[in-house]
Amino acid sequence: MVGLRKGDHDAFDSFVRLFAPRAMRIARRVLQNEADAADAVQDAFISAMSSIRQFRADCQLATWFQRVVTNAALMKLRSKLRKDIRSIDELAPAFYADGHRIGPKPAWAQTPDEILERSERCRMVHERISQLPEDSRNVVLLRDIQQESTAETARQLGVSESVVKTRLHRARQALRSMIEEELVVA
Amino acid sequence: MPELSCQELIRFLDDYVDDTQPAELRAEFERHLEICPDCVDYLKTYRDTISLARGACAEDPSAPPPDDIPDELIQIILRSRPAG
Repeated sequence: MVGLRKGDHDAFDSFVRLFAPRAMRIARRVLQNEADAADAVQDAFISAMSSIRQFRADCQLATWFQRVVTNAALMKLRSKLRKDIRSIDELAPAFYADGHRIGPKPAWAQTPDEILERSERCRMVHERISQLPEDSRNVVLLRDIQQESTAETARQLGVSESVVKTRLHRARQALRSMIEEELVVA
Repeated sequence: MPELSCQELIRFLDDYVDDTQPAELRAEFERHLEICPDCVDYLKTYRDTISLARGACAEDPSAPPPDDIPDELIQIILRSRPAG
């Protein structure tokens, strides 16, 4: 870790050889294309090295780098599909003055496991996560995907716990709305 | 005490899902859910969204790393090391 922070060649060599295989697996799953996955892994190592000084020694290097790789793969996916970042505000639920929700739709017919059994549905979920703004995406990656605590997420992102909670709730609502657009026919 | 609205329930749904509410407020949420099928559906799809994100992206730490990483990729990454 100390060597990586100092830019030591041998430390970087070990870091790449140790983490590239798992990074490639994550990128392959998101991108389903060998060349794109290789690009994303390369981007992730460059991104990791440029931010390694901000990395806190008290969090796991593997967990931190997994988020960097997932983010790089999702950004690659979004740029490849030429999809735009979606507005969190526009995806928030809307309400009438009496507090009832506008336009409620029924619960989804399939369970999450059934949805993810179909590769195109799994890809759809990756695409929608990639369309979250970066702040929101990072919170979802840490809290819901890597299952870090609110305190740890706040520490890694350098924000307060209340900011993490607000961002996470709004990100979940936005992601839910985007997935609903795909799963529920109006 | 006035009844909880759908808007109030959804605003604080994360606390309900993460089970970080005081018992009294949680009981109030549950009373609302007993009479509001729209909020039951919203709660279910909110939870499903969390499961979908995790299921689509989570890495199994116990799975062995793949052993088919091209050495050419390793070499490209090593050459791209930013100047320290």
